[in-house]
Amino acid sequence: MDEIAATSSAVLTNAIGLHARPSVKLTKLAKTFMADIEVASAAEGPWVDAKSIVKVMAVKATKGATLHFRARGPDAAEALAALRELVALGFSEEGVTETRARGSEDG
Amino acid sequence: MAELRLTGRQAAAGLAAGPIALLPSIEAMHRRRGSPEAEAAALRDAIAAALRQLGTLAEDAQDDGAGVLGFQIAMLEDDALSAPALDAIAAGTAADEAWQDAIAAQVADYESADDEHFRARASDLRDIGERVLRAVAGACDESAAPPGSIVFGEDLTPSRFLATDWSKGGGIALTRGSASGHVATLARARGVPMIVGIRADLTAIPRQAEALIDGEAGVLCLDPAPATRDSFLARVTAAKRRAAAAKDFRTRPAVTADGTPIAVLINVADPREVDNVDLAACDGIGLVRTEFLFHGRELPDEQTQYRAYRRLAEWASGKPVTIRTLDAGGDKPIPGLTIEGESNPFLGTRGIRLSLARPDPFRTQLRALARAAVHGAIEIMLPMVAAPRELAAARRYLDEGLQQLSEAGIAHRRPPLGMMVEVPAAAIAVERFDADFFSIGSNDLTQYVLAAARDLDSLAELSDPMDPAVLRLMARVAGHGAQTGRKVSLCGDAAGEPKHLAALLATGLRTLSVAPSALARTKEAIAGIELDRAAT
Repeated sequence: MDEIAATSSAVLTNAIGLHARPSVKLTKLAKTFMADIEVASAAEGPWVDAKSIVKVMAVKATKGATLHFRARGPDAAEALAALRELVALGFSEEGVTETRARGSEDG
Repeated sequence: MAELRLTGRQAAAGLAAGPIALLPSIEAMHRRRGSPEAEAAALRDAIAAALRQLGTLAEDAQDDGAGVLGFQIAMLEDDALSAPALDAIAAGTAADEAWQDAIAAQVADYESADDEHFRARASDLRDIGERVLRAVAGACDESAAPPGSIVFGEDLTPSRFLATDWSKGGGIALTRGSASGHVATLARARGVPMIVGIRADLTAIPRQAEALIDGEAGVLCLDPAPATRDSFLARVTAAKRRAAAAKDFRTRPAVTADGTPIAVLINVADPREVDNVDLAACDGIGLVRTEFLFHGRELPDEQTQYRAYRRLAEWASGKPVTIRTLDAGGDKPIPGLTIEGESNPFLGTRGIRLSLARPDPFRTQLRALARAAVHGAIEIMLPMVAAPRELAAARRYLDEGLQQLSEAGIAHRRPPLGMMVEVPAAAIAVERFDADFFSIGSNDLTQYVLAAARDLDSLAELSDPMDPAVLRLMARVAGHGAQTGRKVSLCGDAAGEPKHLAALLATGLRTLSVAPSALARTKEAIAGIELDRAAT
């Protein structure tokens, strides 16, 4: 991704982090968008394809980690908003104690 | 054809009767490798077949199961999972081998995670891996043994074992094979009787033969006479009844008929074995053989070992976990570590002797054990100790390791340091050894006391762990333990043999460690023993 259309981040608040079920939800949601979407557990990367569960699971992001997203494509902004919400709401799992989200969309 | 009795070595206990299914020769058993294009297509077809199976399962699954299957389906649908395998295939690797390597890498990655939730996913990856492997094997292997048959041949691959339906019974008889290999582990876990090392000319075996297999005795009987068959089937019925009765004993604490509690622990050769064991059914792990860590191309590093030991410690949740340091040499060579060309390896540089001769891997293992001891009741056990100075030298290496960990600020704890009693010198003069605990290795002790190699079938009668000389040495060690307040256990095969238990308890032993599959029958046998009578 040479040009970054949009970036966003959210803190993982669900009980067990970016684990099997949350990863299934995240990749399924990502696949509903045309944009190329990448995810990382640090702002500087390494970035992986958010549509690949094998790669998303390999991030091994645990509770309290901040997930960073970046996307490029026609529906990039929409994709990021949806993903940020999914993460911030704790993947609609039980045990959500706190939700925080912040985003910066630069076009 | 007249009845033919063939003998081999036990790899998995159990009885089975059924038609013989002769395996093709070893060369033909490996999948014939096609062109890279054909191999890639075989893998893609297998993945598609596995996905269809998972889809069917997911439809019937309840909530929790559906979640697990949903994850497996999502992983399998992801091209990133098969990409490394397809790359290897393009470079000339066979489909099954490429897939196994790709999954092994994924499993290793999950197992290396610090977070237990991620580590637990390794089992899903293994599941996915085996399902696809079965599909690869099934597609090319039209001669897969029919359910309920006694598979007979040179050797059996894990993928063929997995491709076979064992739910209808059946057994495995091999002229080669290994009692400590992957297939034997699978067979024991699945309760499939298995014999290895049978001396027979496979070309002379009739294809239509009927067979009886006794995994415990290591006997394969072909075309049995009616009387042989009847008495065998009666034993099968009795064994089934016994297993059903023993089941009730499995989760109860072991107590003799006159009320003496006996601690019954399990022996573990591969950490995966505990996945199928109910912790409540045992008093801990009495013997962890660490050789499994040393089967790879390189010696395992401290972190890899730490994770493996920690996993067992966490599983045991505070119950003791006795981990034996590397027991290589003898009949267990490790390339690049054990010394080759010794004229009598059983009397050679093995066990603690090898560890002291090659201290670097030993140091690494001791540090990993001290670190894992933070997470549970880990105890370190030294194999083949023959002289007190070996124990003292090992303690110095442990002290050194603890010092290094302290200096580096790494969390650790000093585990108790005990020893195996398997060399007669250690049993005869046990009071000379300042060990924190003792564990009798009955297999080696018997072999050394009677000077009868344990791998020689012709000497099987002589290598009897119930020989009075062996029992007297056991009693000596048990007595020393009772006198000095040190734990003494027995972790050899003798403990898993119900008919030996009365004599073993009569020596004063109160702690036994057996294979997980022997837990129920051991406890049941203990419940029938009157100690007063056993002592006479």
